[in-house]
Amino acid sequence: MIPATTSARLKKRRTRHLRERVIEGVLFLAASISVFTTVAIVYILVKESVVFFQQVPLKDFLFDTQWTPLFDDAHFGIVVLLSGTVVSSVVALCVAIPLGTIIAIYLSEFAPFALRELAKPFLELLGGVPTIIYGYFALIFVTPLLQKIYPDLPGFNLLSAGLVMGIMIIPYVSSLSEDAMRAVPMSLREGSYAMGATRLQTALKVVMPAATSGIASAYILGISRAVGETMILAVAAGMQPNLTWNPLEPAATVTTYIVQVALGDLPHGSIGYQTIFVAGLSLMLMTLMLNIVGHILRKKYREAY
Amino acid sequence: METTANAEQLVAKAQAQNLSFYYSDYQALKSINMTVHEKKVTALIGPSGCGKSTLLRCFNRMHDLYPGNRYEGGIRLHPDNTDLLSPDVDPIEVRMRISMVFQKPNPFPKSIYENVAYGLRVRGVNKRVILDEKVEEALRDAALWDEVKERLDDLASNLSGGQQQRLCIARALATEPEMILFDEPTSALDPIATANIEELISELKEKVTILIVTHNMQQAARVSDFTAYMYLGELVEFGATDQIFIKPQKKETEDYITGRFG
Repeated sequence: MIPATTSARLKKRRTRHLRERVIEGVLFLAASISVFTTVAIVYILVKESVVFFQQVPLKDFLFDTQWTPLFDDAHFGIVVLLSGTVVSSVVALCVAIPLGTIIAIYLSEFAPFALRELAKPFLELLGGVPTIIYGYFALIFVTPLLQKIYPDLPGFNLLSAGLVMGIMIIPYVSSLSEDAMRAVPMSLREGSYAMGATRLQTALKVVMPAATSGIASAYILGISRAVGETMILAVAAGMQPNLTWNPLEPAATVTTYIVQVALGDLPHGSIGYQTIFVAGLSLMLMTLMLNIVGHILRKKYREAY
Repeated sequence: METTANAEQLVAKAQAQNLSFYYSDYQALKSINMTVHEKKVTALIGPSGCGKSTLLRCFNRMHDLYPGNRYEGGIRLHPDNTDLLSPDVDPIEVRMRISMVFQKPNPFPKSIYENVAYGLRVRGVNKRVILDEKVEEALRDAALWDEVKERLDDLASNLSGGQQQRLCIARALATEPEMILFDEPTSALDPIATANIEELISELKEKVTILIVTHNMQQAARVSDFTAYMYLGELVEFGATDQIFIKPQKKETEDYITGRFG
């Protein structure tokens, strides 16, 4: 028979277990803060939006073509703000995706080692410039430059803000895409070179397809940054709500509307106050959708090498 | 056995002449002289780090891809009788004529069909009729056609390891190269897949010249007509495989082959 008592040397160490527990608890708390914050944000946005939709029918919100929540004749057509967001984002992506991809291909497949190590930090610095500086850069440098080409261009416009926003997003696209391409194993490149392929053929036909999922994530992140960008647009694109698909016009976006209204003194609980939350919810839904698309793309093109 | 080997007409396909190779300052190959005969299988054997893969990769100028590598001496490619290591020679042209199959199967992240068609597309062949025909022919030659003909559009990564390696062989064959370099093609494969690839190599020598690096001496004995034993970057002995394995001329070769060393 084995004696029922536990030998003193094998006994559970209370302090050791306690310490482990405490640390585990701290780690869990730290991790739950981010989850809790997200949940809280969504809760508040949804709660306040429900109040909004009790006063404004969803149909008007989606299909009205005016956004004048603070006027006596109030209209709540979110499409007005969305048009500004979409146009400025499209302009930005027309800059960031091609340039970012080309830079990534160059750095990953063509650049000599020393240049790559030098160029990458500089590029990442672009992403670290405060956006307010980009905003003024757009307003007082890019816009006058563009006005030399189109003299009719207004001082505030989506084009100039979008272009500068594109430059800001380049490092997000290029850095992640480059990481994805660098992660493609050398054996695949060698296989391509051994077939008599040139560097460009190898980069475009083997490395990029192999890195599709990472490149897709980079693009999605770029799009999310564009949709959520506020300062550049607030400074350089004007803040009047304007339903337009023309980048040469000034317009408010979802984000700049929130800034503008949040800075004013709106009575708590007024309809104008509620619009901040609906606009926020719309923005959140857009980025959520982008994240889901990104997730699907990543799953679909999982690296299989 | 030797008499039969001599009775055949041997034609040189490529000749290494005083070939040395340097990884920056490190000399990996020391003045190698060796002839690869046309439509024969030549095996390179030797312990790890002896330079056999380095030598193999000189034949299609793979070393050009990395900075700091340097060749000395030459490799004469026939029938051109041109030194393929010469700076005037375009490595891409060399690789178009001398294909390679790697140690680990490395299919591209594309369909089975597009993997085989890759070399042709790189050469600007895009006509579907021609591609279809060449892809089928290459897959048949690589003994893979019957297994994949129903699913040519599937991703190549869905194939088993042995099938992937045969796909890589098909890829190398599709462009009708004059010579194929095999770098330990079965080291990542199970015994059955290995046997298939070995059989395939024996069949392929009807069409192309083969140079193969192998870790496995039995494999060299089974598939090759000529064998080169290398040690520390030097070619110790080169000759007909039967002769190398039955009565090697040098003591070092005998020690390696009998397993006393390496």
